[in-house]
Amino acid sequence: MPTPARYWREIPQRYRLEAGRCRRCGFIAFPPRLICPGCRSREFEIIKLAEEGRVISYTIIRVPPHQFVDQAPYAVGIVELDDGVKLMGQIVDCPFEELRTGLRVRIEFRKIMEEGEAGIIYYGYKFVPA
Amino acid sequence: MVGIVGYGAYIPRYRIKVDQIAGVWGADVQSYRKGLLVEEKSVPAPDQDTITMAVEASKRAIKRAGIDPREIGAVYVGSESHPYAVKPSGTVLAEAIGACPEVHTADLEFACKAGTEGMYLAMSLVKAGEIKYGLAVGADTSQGAPGDPLEYTTAAGAAAFIFGHDKILAEVVETYSYTTDTPDFWRREYQYYPRHGGRFTGDPAYFKHIIGAGRGIMAKAAIKPEDIKYVIFHQPNGKFPLRVGELLGFKKEQIEPGLLVTYLGNTYSGSSPLGLTATFDIAKPGDLILIVSFGSGAGSDAFLFRMTERIEEVKDLAPKTRETLEGPKVYVDYGTYAKFRKKIRKANE
Ligand SMILES: [Zn+2]
Repeated sequence: MPTPARYWREIPQRYRLEAGRCRRCGFIAFPPRLICPGCRSREFEIIKLAEEGRVISYTIIRVPPHQFVDQAPYAVGIVELDDGVKLMGQIVDCPFEELRTGLRVRIEFRKIMEEGEAGIIYYGYKFVPA
Repeated sequence: MVGIVGYGAYIPRYRIKVDQIAGVWGADVQSYRKGLLVEEKSVPAPDQDTITMAVEASKRAIKRAGIDPREIGAVYVGSESHPYAVKPSGTVLAEAIGACPEVHTADLEFACKAGTEGMYLAMSLVKAGEIKYGLAVGADTSQGAPGDPLEYTTAAGAAAFIFGHDKILAEVVETYSYTTDTPDFWRREYQYYPRHGGRFTGDPAYFKHIIGAGRGIMAKAAIKPEDIKYVIFHQPNGKFPLRVGELLGFKKEQIEPGLLVTYLGNTYSGSSPLGLTATFDIAKPGDLILIVSFGSGAGSDAFLFRMTERIEEVKDLAPKTRETLEGPKVYVDYGTYAKFRKKIRKANE
């Protein structure tokens, strides 16, 4: 389970899908990096990832980590966003029989998990059928 | 001139039919279907709450407004189901839409009229010249106690409005508020479900305040019901808004476009604001539109809008409310609903 401090640091990515794009070669780093793995440049600009894409792979989680037990079974997939970035996340609001590769999805803001009844609520992105 | 520059609606995909609820409690389903004019209601997914729906509705409002979120100077969330008791929903919303850190934020509560309260504040700050744009959201994942009549209607949804000086799609012509101390519905601290005064919620509460605010705003603006194209009232069921409209001198055709409750349920702070979004979706330039909210406790806010040419340009930039309501739905049975809404007590882990 992440700590509140780590969750807080990741807010730009979890809430707004902020990525870094290399000004020299165009490589998109999500989460942002300091040095471009392609051209070693240190110059990045902040961009927002595309909010739609298509499922390229998925699986159903039936035995999840303990903080996700109430959600099981649930789908997790890798989605290729319309800007080419591949992103992993839960696919929700979608009956399992309708899940398939190629499915068009878009990003929605959802609760990811709660630290019990008294802890903080973690929000972030999930995928829903477009 | 001040007015709405962007609006957006969000309704969860899950639904439950009133037959499901009546079946579990041995209640007469016809008294709800025919008596209250409700067929089904929206149900939030387990990973949705007031904040997540407020974010989605606000993103749609920003799309229609076509503005840089950093120019939003105030973010208000009206709800009776804020996920935190202490930590404003507006902080998460402002961060998620990219309005932080130069933004004023507050959460509002006033039973079902918290959404229009936020609208009033955002509008007033824009009018005063304090901010360029102001965002107000009415959102709720309201809960009724199992078996209580409220359980048939308590639903989930959100509506968001951005106020500003330029790019106006609906100009604010007049406003009016009407408030008294009327204990028709309440929830004390640490209580999970609200209590209500049964039939007392009708005449001295809903009808008195909506009629007071409705008559007040029409007198202030010197207009009659026939001058108004569409009217939206708070919709705790299908019967009340039709009846109060009749008492104020409106025809069914003026009320029905914004009447969503039959297939949506009562989304509390989102109720009349969602009706307003559905009406904007079909409105034409020049139309006068009246909204009168109602919040138990009790009070009503009324806004009179005049649509501008810009409505035609922005309507299609985000999903329309009725399409969202009729769009892909997933029906759940009472057991799933009870699990989603945490009505089932589990053993401590
Ligand atoms: Zn590079």
